[in-house]
Amino acid sequence: MMDTFAALGGGFAVALVPTNLALAFLGCVIGTAIGVLPGIGPLNAIALLLPFCLALRLPPESALILLAAVYYGSGYGGRITAILLNMPGEPSAVLTTLDGHPLARQGRGGAALAISGIGSFVGATLSVILMSFLSVPLARVAVAFSPADYVALIAFALSLLGAVGGASAPKAWAAGCLGILLALIGVDSGTGVERFTAGSLELLGGVDFTVLAVGLFAIGEILLLIETSLRTEAAKLGGGKRLSLREILFCLPAMLRATGIGFVIGVLPGAGASVASALSYTAEKRLHESKDTFGKGDLRGVAAPETADNAAQIGNLVPMLSLGIPGSGTTAVLLGALLMYNITPGPLLFTQRPDVAWGLIASMYIGNAMLLLLNLPLVGVFARLLSVPAWVLYPGVLALSFGGVYAVSNSAFDLLMAIGFGIMGWLFRKLDIPLVPIVLGFVLGRMLEDNLRRALALSDGSVMELAASPVSIVLWGMTVVAVLWPLRAKIWKN
Amino acid sequence: MQRRTILAASTLLPVAAQAQGFTPQNPECIAGAAPGGGFDISCRLTARMLNQTGIVGSSIRTQNMPGGIGAVAINHINAQRRADPNVIVAVSTGSWVNMATGRFGRFGENDVRWIGAIGADYGVIAVKKDSRFQTLADLVNALKADSAGVPMGAGGAVGSQDWTKAALVARAAGVDPRRMRYVPFEGGGQALAALLGGHIQMAPADASEARGQFEAGEIRLLAVLAAERLPGALASVPTAREQGFQVEWPIVRGFYGPPQMPDTAYDFWVDALRRLTAHPDWPAQRSAQGLFEFNMVGAEFTELAKRRTAEFRQLARDVGLVSQ
Repeated sequence: MMDTFAALGGGFAVALVPTNLALAFLGCVIGTAIGVLPGIGPLNAIALLLPFCLALRLPPESALILLAAVYYGSGYGGRITAILLNMPGEPSAVLTTLDGHPLARQGRGGAALAISGIGSFVGATLSVILMSFLSVPLARVAVAFSPADYVALIAFALSLLGAVGGASAPKAWAAGCLGILLALIGVDSGTGVERFTAGSLELLGGVDFTVLAVGLFAIGEILLLIETSLRTEAAKLGGGKRLSLREILFCLPAMLRATGIGFVIGVLPGAGASVASALSYTAEKRLHESKDTFGKGDLRGVAAPETADNAAQIGNLVPMLSLGIPGSGTTAVLLGALLMYNITPGPLLFTQRPDVAWGLIASMYIGNAMLLLLNLPLVGVFARLLSVPAWVLYPGVLALSFGGVYAVSNSAFDLLMAIGFGIMGWLFRKLDIPLVPIVLGFVLGRMLEDNLRRALALSDGSVMELAASPVSIVLWGMTVVAVLWPLRAKIWKN
Repeated sequence: MQRRTILAASTLLPVAAQAQGFTPQNPECIAGAAPGGGFDISCRLTARMLNQTGIVGSSIRTQNMPGGIGAVAINHINAQRRADPNVIVAVSTGSWVNMATGRFGRFGENDVRWIGAIGADYGVIAVKKDSRFQTLADLVNALKADSAGVPMGAGGAVGSQDWTKAALVARAAGVDPRRMRYVPFEGGGQALAALLGGHIQMAPADASEARGQFEAGEIRLLAVLAAERLPGALASVPTAREQGFQVEWPIVRGFYGPPQMPDTAYDFWVDALRRLTAHPDWPAQRSAQGLFEFNMVGAEFTELAKRRTAEFRQLARDVGLVSQ
């Protein structure tokens, strides 16, 4: 314990050097900005910034402080468009639309932005503390999580789909299945066989998340606005109460639960922020089901997924720093950055280069505080986005969205596909089919399939192995309960 | 943003190096994958170094063209830029596997001009530190006794270059690769996590990604799939050849040009890569990317590309991955 404090102290000595403070701040600003923009994720931003770090001859700890700030800073940006415009900028912000946008319609967009910023800070900071003290043992536990355990975890997350679809559970289930089907498009990861590509080369790599989300949410929303000549009930600027201290305290238990869920899920190398935010949102919704306030603008419905998202992002760095194993594409690029500096990522990083490892961890305490200070005063500025007249705002959003889609793979085909999904999103809105389960089904479906294949290959096709470990038995039990829960009234009656 | 640094670098070093009657105009390097991947690193490293050393005067732009691990790029070149003298495309051993298994559509090894390689990573056979396998022979014997008895996994699907490493070892053991218990993971990192977690018993990994775990004593490397032992930290690991198994697996990284690239342009790019890999600044920059020395250009590289693709095609046929 004392060793950890000493090491952390050494880390702060590195992180508090003026250059490193400035770089952390720069990274936070860039991270927030790319979180707002659709399509340009932290992965691309880090890969593009890396040559800069080399060209500027930044020492490795400074480069990593900058790049990591971009990474966790992006967790603060995705919510802005999700809350104000009902258009999530990244996968984990999809859940934020559910209560965030209704709040904005009630004129409380500012309050929603503020609580999500506070939640992000709480989730990230508590996770950095956990990481400082428990990194190595946690990473050891995380690698023990087998493909079969992942299958059970993702199945549990999918079983909660019915809870995120608004009024009609069957519609939510159908939408979730559609999302899973969309995830099947592309080259089959197990055998290399092409599925549902219609012979098109562009579809070989599958549908990209950005294309689907921009189509369904941004383009679909704009089509609906055009149809109703912009008279639809859009988000209002101001009018609602500001966020009070009482409300922050009211959300605090939700934030603490979300931190726990988010951090644990994040530490697992094969899960991620989307699973974490979905689980924590549905957990809160189920806990407070009797009041029926979720989906109608409950602050906890914003706080929970945003807290979990940032906690998971930090959790993702645990296997990367302590074992040299990337938990996501973005952390893989961060590892690549270490390699470029001739630092071998792996279990020896903490002993061989404590300045880099602990400097990075210390900088994350500082960076998250910066992000909170950066984000709270800007809430008003962000919210003012809504005072832009619709005929300027929406074409602008559309242009940015198309830019983001095109940036994914420089392909005009993706633009057409996004328009196709936009028309689908517009029709589904009219039919009252929820969109969030489609996107969640899409993200989780791919993970479910990959892990199911792995688990079955390892067990030589035996299905029983899927529920052989204690972890998976518990998760499957929770899945069954989650599926049957909404039916409990009927079951009791009989 | 990337472009601006390159422009700055090239104005600092305005060395005229174009002498063979061809000067590239707005040259471009296509990386058939998203930023951060192997193709992207090949392009950015080569572009930066060609400009910094003054071998190519005008700044080389890296364009990312993801899709089908290079499939979209080769189709783009063949459909729209068949004779473009100003474009080179990043390629790897994985691309040869894809050509052999028909994943690049109708385009194969004869539809491009092979320019040269800039370096290579090497396959390694990794097991956990407390594994029952001490040598490659132990593993091969276990596979002989029960071909499905060794769960293994790596970062690619069945038929990918990662899988091929395992398949070659299985074949050396006289085992049908189709009978191996192979699990595809998303990236080599997740496969290493599964190895450390004890979910798989063997991972056919790449030397650069396995080095950290090896130095920390978390994993044991049964063999490197190289012609000779690798330098540096991995020098203690024997080659497969030393242990009596004829398995080599360099993951070569290099470039090709369009099928009708004019000879003057082709010669220019071949010469540029030859001079780059001979430059005193090059080895340090190459190693920083986890690449070992593998210098080969022009006719020799063309021969290698065609030979390798033919070998993979044969292997794919043998194990029933392609029917024709």
